[in-house]
Amino acid sequence: MTAFLAAIGYEQWILHVLLGLPLLAIPMILIMPVHRARWIALTVALIELVLGLGLWWAFDPANPAMQFVTDVPWIGAFGVGYRLGIDGLSVMMVLLSVITMPLVVWSSWRSVDTKQRGFYALLLALKTGMLGVFVAMDLFLFYVFWELLLIPMYFLIGSWGSSNRLYAATKFVIYTFVGSLLMLVAIVWMVMEVGRATGTYSFAYEHLLAHAYLLESSGPWLFVAFALAFAVKVPIFPFHTWLPDAHTEAPTAGSVDLAVILLKMGTYGFLRFAVPFFPGFALSESVGLVMAGLAVIGIVYAALVAMVQPDLKRLVAYSSVSHLGFVILGIWGSTVESVQGAIMVMISHGLSTGALFFIIGMLYERRHTRKISDFGGLARVAPLMATAFVITAFSSIGLPGLNGFVGEFLVLIGAFGRYPWLVAGATTVVVFSAAYLLWATQRVFFNRFTNPLNEGIGDLNMREIAVLAPLLLGMVWIGLYPGPILRRTEGAARMYIEMVEPYLSETPTVGGTMFRGGR
Amino acid sequence: MTSLVWLTILFPLLGAVINGAIAIRRPEAKGLVSLVGVGALLGSFAVAIGIFLEVLAGDGTATRVLLWQWMPVTERLSIDLTLQVDRLSTVMLLVITGVGSLIHLFSVGYMKSDPGYARYFAYLNLFVAFMLVLVLGASLPVSFIGWEGVGLCSYLLIGFWYEVDANSDAGKKAFLANRIGDFGVLMAMFLLWWHVGTLDYDGLARQAPEVLAYAGAPVTLIALLLFLGCTGKSAQIPLFTWLPDAMAGPTPVSALIHAATMVTAGVFLVVRTGVIFSLAPVAMEVVAITGALTAFFAATIALRQNDIKKVLAYSTVSQLGYMFLAVGTGAWAAGIFHLVTHAFFKALLFLGSGSVIHAMHHAQHAAHAHGDAQDMRLMGGLRRAMPWTFVLMGIATLAIAGVPPLAGFWSKDEILAAAFVRGGGNTIYLVAWGLGLLAALMTAFYMARLMAMTFFGRFRGGDTLEPHLHEAPAVMTGPLVVLGLLSIVGGVLNLPGFAGGSHYLAHWLEPVTDATLPYLDRLEMPHGMTELLLVGGAITIALVGLALGMWTTLRRPVLTPAATPAATGLARVLEGKYFIDELYQKVFVGPTVWFSRRVLWQGIDQFLVDRMGVGGTARVAKGLGWLGSRLQNGHVALYLTLFVAGVVLLMRAVIGGAP
Repeated sequence: MTAFLAAIGYEQWILHVLLGLPLLAIPMILIMPVHRARWIALTVALIELVLGLGLWWAFDPANPAMQFVTDVPWIGAFGVGYRLGIDGLSVMMVLLSVITMPLVVWSSWRSVDTKQRGFYALLLALKTGMLGVFVAMDLFLFYVFWELLLIPMYFLIGSWGSSNRLYAATKFVIYTFVGSLLMLVAIVWMVMEVGRATGTYSFAYEHLLAHAYLLESSGPWLFVAFALAFAVKVPIFPFHTWLPDAHTEAPTAGSVDLAVILLKMGTYGFLRFAVPFFPGFALSESVGLVMAGLAVIGIVYAALVAMVQPDLKRLVAYSSVSHLGFVILGIWGSTVESVQGAIMVMISHGLSTGALFFIIGMLYERRHTRKISDFGGLARVAPLMATAFVITAFSSIGLPGLNGFVGEFLVLIGAFGRYPWLVAGATTVVVFSAAYLLWATQRVFFNRFTNPLNEGIGDLNMREIAVLAPLLLGMVWIGLYPGPILRRTEGAARMYIEMVEPYLSETPTVGGTMFRGGR
Repeated sequence: MTSLVWLTILFPLLGAVINGAIAIRRPEAKGLVSLVGVGALLGSFAVAIGIFLEVLAGDGTATRVLLWQWMPVTERLSIDLTLQVDRLSTVMLLVITGVGSLIHLFSVGYMKSDPGYARYFAYLNLFVAFMLVLVLGASLPVSFIGWEGVGLCSYLLIGFWYEVDANSDAGKKAFLANRIGDFGVLMAMFLLWWHVGTLDYDGLARQAPEVLAYAGAPVTLIALLLFLGCTGKSAQIPLFTWLPDAMAGPTPVSALIHAATMVTAGVFLVVRTGVIFSLAPVAMEVVAITGALTAFFAATIALRQNDIKKVLAYSTVSQLGYMFLAVGTGAWAAGIFHLVTHAFFKALLFLGSGSVIHAMHHAQHAAHAHGDAQDMRLMGGLRRAMPWTFVLMGIATLAIAGVPPLAGFWSKDEILAAAFVRGGGNTIYLVAWGLGLLAALMTAFYMARLMAMTFFGRFRGGDTLEPHLHEAPAVMTGPLVVLGLLSIVGGVLNLPGFAGGSHYLAHWLEPVTDATLPYLDRLEMPHGMTELLLVGGAITIALVGLALGMWTTLRRPVLTPAATPAATGLARVLEGKYFIDELYQKVFVGPTVWFSRRVLWQGIDQFLVDRMGVGGTARVAKGLGWLGSRLQNGHVALYLTLFVAGVVLLMRAVIGGAP
């Protein structure tokens, strides 16, 4: 496979095709008859999937540097370039997006019956934005893709969402816009200052990364600006309240894209930009404690709040906040193990939460409600759906043997050296996550069948099985055999640690020297 | 054969997948389901016997079978899916597949008319697969797959009849209690890895003593955290409350999971990580006294239960307490010995009670009556209709009560003797021994009461039911007979010297348990007069307990539920199980939910962050906008003034200099 891909020059064109194809398809959707829209979107998504899967083989795990690099001047005067590149972290995010896309289109097949052209066109625009964020190696380009995402998402929530959609959409935009404006200022400031110091004004990632150490006095401020933008996206407590509203009001496709991809942009930003740019400040004892502390508060807090949600989507939204906390904890855990775990949680959370939102969407299509109390005993009338939900719930709970465990375990064990007490706090969530998901599972699928309206809902159909099956298989696969993924992300994690290691206050070592009293 | 050990896991796993598919596509194909479900277990058992013969012929060194790299993260953290066959895991392998096969067979009869037949066997097969991963895993994380996997199956099987809310509640409760324990296991793993640098059982046994100071704080903490996991999985104080509720599942499930195998996983884990525990004498004391207290405490509750399965459930909690008392004294082999004999007689008791419930249920069905098929107050005199069940449960009762020469006598005696010896130098163990003796007396008592209420006296379930009472079919009584034989002769595994044995099992397990020897005082087992006194005392206690139980139950007619006056005083406390459930609900569950809803969600999220934070920002922005709009009021004079002021300021800035 690798040889074949090399022969067709795969690495030279793949990123451009992945980015360009959805944009090119948008005019097609707009001029073709309405009923063709979903077919075009699906075709594009499937082509992207097939082409994108090649990355699995074409990407060289042994090479920790950026691969598939493109560097074309774009706005020369300002040092802006069309610069792309991927490492192990980006590859996984790109793969996650190309795999999600057809499922998202397919899941909307029947549920979206108004303004279909607009809907699918926006989905495609969203697609380019998502991919772009993860492959851009130029901060201007990155910012463009970052903002490109915001607009389709706003309209997806605002026009195809449920009853309270305008409030949710506006909240979403204001929250993330405040963050990204700060980031824009920070980016421009950085380019100017690095330019003044080095004589080269460039938005190139590598250039800024290599010289960010020059920004001694402004570094902390710039980190704060970046961190705020990313923290809102993750979201880190207390910047999370837009998420339950956005998730809940968004159509299924929006919820899934939000959960699987958009939330990862924040953690990706920390790993790629915020921390490596300013490691001295970001990983200093006090800032580290704040970030890891907020992560752990978020992990436990969101799990507890999830437990008392009356609305299924809201429950899953809070569970996202809880899971993403693990990513932040893993990043600040600052070991290869914890960063590997953080990347793994990013992938795993995509599968489990994506599947949960799909299933809730399927329930909503049938019953037009997401309230837990409207259901009960559904396992009898929809055994397949119940099975899928239970497996997904346990994957989200972190049952070893399924995907969720791998990432959480690695984050916790890796971060334990630096933050033993915080990890202990985070580990208590094994009880709470089981509590909120099993309680919800019980009230929806088990217990007495009380609501006669649920009698005729019917089990999963073939299309729905096709949407869920790849995710369920992925959960088992990653749970039992995560090695191939871990090997591909190891280079990125190692690079990251090498970059920040000089700035870490005494690195704890494995083997008995870390705790006093251990001899 | 040993290198094929993964087959023992694969067979039930495949069985689960196939039966799961059948459950969804053709749930009525019960013949095929039985074939797959029982066949998978028998295949697994056959491989287990092959492995056992090889291990028997071997010299006790462990064989490690690498399946694949599970989490190859870095050089220092690379976790493989490796299975370890040694004498300890072989014992467990035989018990799980052997007793498991019998219980699968029994289920064919017991679950025959249940619409969820295929689903049931899928879960049961899956359970066996996970249980084998647990005992065969060569490292803590691999065992943890099984550890949590059996929890999942337990959850699914307790809530098997999920349309009754109470059953679903019980399943959830079991999983959550286990998860509290799992917090401990996870934390122990983190500490072990950072201290010792490995999570492999072999590596831990070799390296832990080099790194962890004897009786130091770290090793004590690690051992206690591991033990927290055991209290969850094996239903010990304070996490025992889930096990009695777990009786909501089908009775063969109670026999397999909640008596013979899963709940003993905690005992197994302590033995498996014996080196860690032996380095932490304080943790050992905690294990022993917790076990003894649980044995005592659960036995008192069992005295006043009227549901036949509830008596057995508390009895299981109590007997597990004995096992922890054993391993807490460092009598590893005695713990495993009792684990094995208990698997025989408790599985027999549960299956026997299943046979009784089955009969009651069918009689009620045939007579179109409704009633509680598990309430012993509605039974009585069943020995006439169900002679096989009666005799076999009688054997199991004598075994658990500790009447020689049945299996339970030898294993329980071994435990009490070990505690007595340790008690010579340490009061904690002496107290534990005393509690164990009292619990033995109560065990004999409540078992005799159970037998008396169920099989003796008059039938109290009503005249219409009585003619419909029948013995269970052969597919159900067959496994009972096998378990009965095992309950009689199981003791030969580890006969002491005075009975002509040489502690065979204890010696056989030495390759596993000897690693702890340098850190434990030798257990000098009593000889001569002391030994005879201890044994004689134990036998006396068993016989007195049995006689008292029989006599107090049969001396007056047993009252039916309707005629029973409300209990008062101590009896009420015992019937209410010391109201521990209510206490936990009031102190932990209720406040957590209240706090999450009122304080965290409505207080912080909705009020502070959203209303004050986000809403406040929005109001400030709106306010600024309003101010701005005030400026554009159409008064040209104002515009001009502002314009001029601006220009002046600007020029000042451009020209610079002092005012």
